[in-house]
Amino acid sequence: MSENREQFRPSGHENDQFLLTTVVGSYPKPSWLNRARDLHEDPESEFDDDDWREAQDDASRLITNEHERAGLDVIVDGEMRRNEMVEFFAHRIDGYEFNGPVKVWGHNYFDKPSVTDEVEYDESWLVSEYEFTADVADRPVKVPITGPYTLASWSFNEAYEDEEALAYDLADLVNEEIEKLVAAGARYIQIDEPALATTPDDHAIVGECLERIVSGIPDDVRIGLHVCYGDYSRIYPELLDYPVDELDLELANGDYDQLDVFKQPEFTKDLALGVVDAHVAEVESVEQIEENIQKGLEVVPPERLTVSPDCGVKLLPREVAYGKMENLVTAARNVEAKLDTGEITPDAE
Amino acid sequence: MTVVSTTLGLFPLPDDARERLADLKGHQKEDLVSGDESADIEAVYDEARDDLLTRQTDAGLDRAVEGQARWDDMLAHPLAVHENVRTEGIVRYYDNNNFYRDPVVTGDLTHSGDLARDLEKASARTDDLQAAVPGPYSLSRLATDEHYGDSQEFLAAVGDFLAGEVEAFPDAVETVFVLEPSLATDSLDDGEDERAAAAIDTVADSTDAEVVVQSYWGTYGEKLHAHLLDTQVSALGYDLVTAHDDATYLVQEYGTLDSVSLGVVDGQNTLVESPDTIEERIEWFESQIPVSEFDTVYATPNTELFYLPVNKFQAKLRALGAVGGDADE
Repeated sequence: MSENREQFRPSGHENDQFLLTTVVGSYPKPSWLNRARDLHEDPESEFDDDDWREAQDDASRLITNEHERAGLDVIVDGEMRRNEMVEFFAHRIDGYEFNGPVKVWGHNYFDKPSVTDEVEYDESWLVSEYEFTADVADRPVKVPITGPYTLASWSFNEAYEDEEALAYDLADLVNEEIEKLVAAGARYIQIDEPALATTPDDHAIVGECLERIVSGIPDDVRIGLHVCYGDYSRIYPELLDYPVDELDLELANGDYDQLDVFKQPEFTKDLALGVVDAHVAEVESVEQIEENIQKGLEVVPPERLTVSPDCGVKLLPREVAYGKMENLVTAARNVEAKLDTGEITPDAE
Repeated sequence: MTVVSTTLGLFPLPDDARERLADLKGHQKEDLVSGDESADIEAVYDEARDDLLTRQTDAGLDRAVEGQARWDDMLAHPLAVHENVRTEGIVRYYDNNNFYRDPVVTGDLTHSGDLARDLEKASARTDDLQAAVPGPYSLSRLATDEHYGDSQEFLAAVGDFLAGEVEAFPDAVETVFVLEPSLATDSLDDGEDERAAAAIDTVADSTDAEVVVQSYWGTYGEKLHAHLLDTQVSALGYDLVTAHDDATYLVQEYGTLDSVSLGVVDGQNTLVESPDTIEERIEWFESQIPVSEFDTVYATPNTELFYLPVNKFQAKLRALGAVGGDADE
């Protein structure tokens, strides 16, 4: 088990066992925040930058509290200040330029940026987001960051020899940002690399990126890696060589059909297991989630198990997202109690 | 030698059309094109087609495509709107961060006429019309068959279907580009390569227009290439952006047809090639091969252009348009 996990156990935790409960990151935005954004973008409107900042602060406070109310051990602010996982960062990194939306599918587009010059660190990306959230939260705050491989893959590359070279330069910038976050007090960082699932042959590039990302970061800072929607057999066991404490995997969506991949060879990291589906707008029952948590116990012992949704939940209706988190926490506490009494015995040692 | 500047079609939607269509149609998969659009949606598509034709004329391209604004499902479109095809969940489009609806073929692939209708409208606007269609092999690989039950029979049926669609094209269509990315991205078995070439031949046989078969994201296997050289097509196309060495080797070793199509502009990167760069790439290819001279060299992007934002798409059209015309030796 990673030595840095125990710092997230709440004081007065009711059970001897502790299954760390958290989320992946994104959360549905309150509809008034979207209306506020439209007003802010409307040149006719008097809704100015200060008003927009206040609206974002309010949303961040609201969703942070919503996460705490659900009982999660480690929370985020639902990424209320972020629009999209690549755009948000590209706007803050020198060397990027935006030319307009490109199609993803049907009438769904995203502002795919172009790297037109060497990427350089300019303004901080997430320190103010972290400081605000940590200030309004009573629980520890996790910071999700889009990983350099995904930032490189989902951009046009005009300036670098290849995507690999771009990813390494971006990894150095992520490292710089994490240093600033750590100085501000952050102790839990999650690197999101969804692009790895589409190009699993590049797992060594992601590994080298992670080496750069964690360089000089103290051991008491917990580093997780989130990967989703792919054929895990193509990146396992190579994932175990990554210099991270925790691997966060989407598995509920496929009804754990890939769980066995992680049993052989032995899973040596902490496992953050997706126990609720981020793409089904129906709240799983506490009993169902308890069963899902026990799938994780087939892979790692309880002291190495983190419990979270499969992925960011921003596409769900807000009440469904909340219901999933609330049941997730209840289920985790129930499983802890059953482990304490011996009603459940973990498979993995 | 004549250099003909053109594209592989499938353009990005102009900004105005993109916004209006999203409002009129919606963002979910059941909102996508079905073939029986309302009059107001059709009107936006007609305007988008005119806009895209104007952009090509202004850029000075030697051939103009219809632009395929209606092709929500990229190369799977001709099946996605077919009456005997059901569209299912969205699936990944090759190795891209793009998705299309999985077309499930549930009945005979009868004549549709969907492509010909759009080309008919475009023919009123240009004298240099070119059509772009998926190749039978790629289209069969993008689809799911629940009707023919046998992959060989399905491939032949898709070939017959496409031949029927191409046969119905208006006479104004001078060139038909048959896009076959799957011929490069797949490894074709023995026999499969011959059948893929035969299905292409069926399509080529159905029209008097010049037919160019173009693959991308790699190039053809050697045996497949040999089979393609035996078909009735006018030219084979090579992706010089992703596979210049492999493609050049094929032509050095086995030759090619009297005309050739060269993917010399990167369809998936916003970095815009200058006309000089495009010309250098064509000259480089010619310098690598022993053949005396081609009748026609088609200069194209290596892929469809919908991957690009509109401003860069337009810039690439202009760069290509600047290299067309007769080149004096």
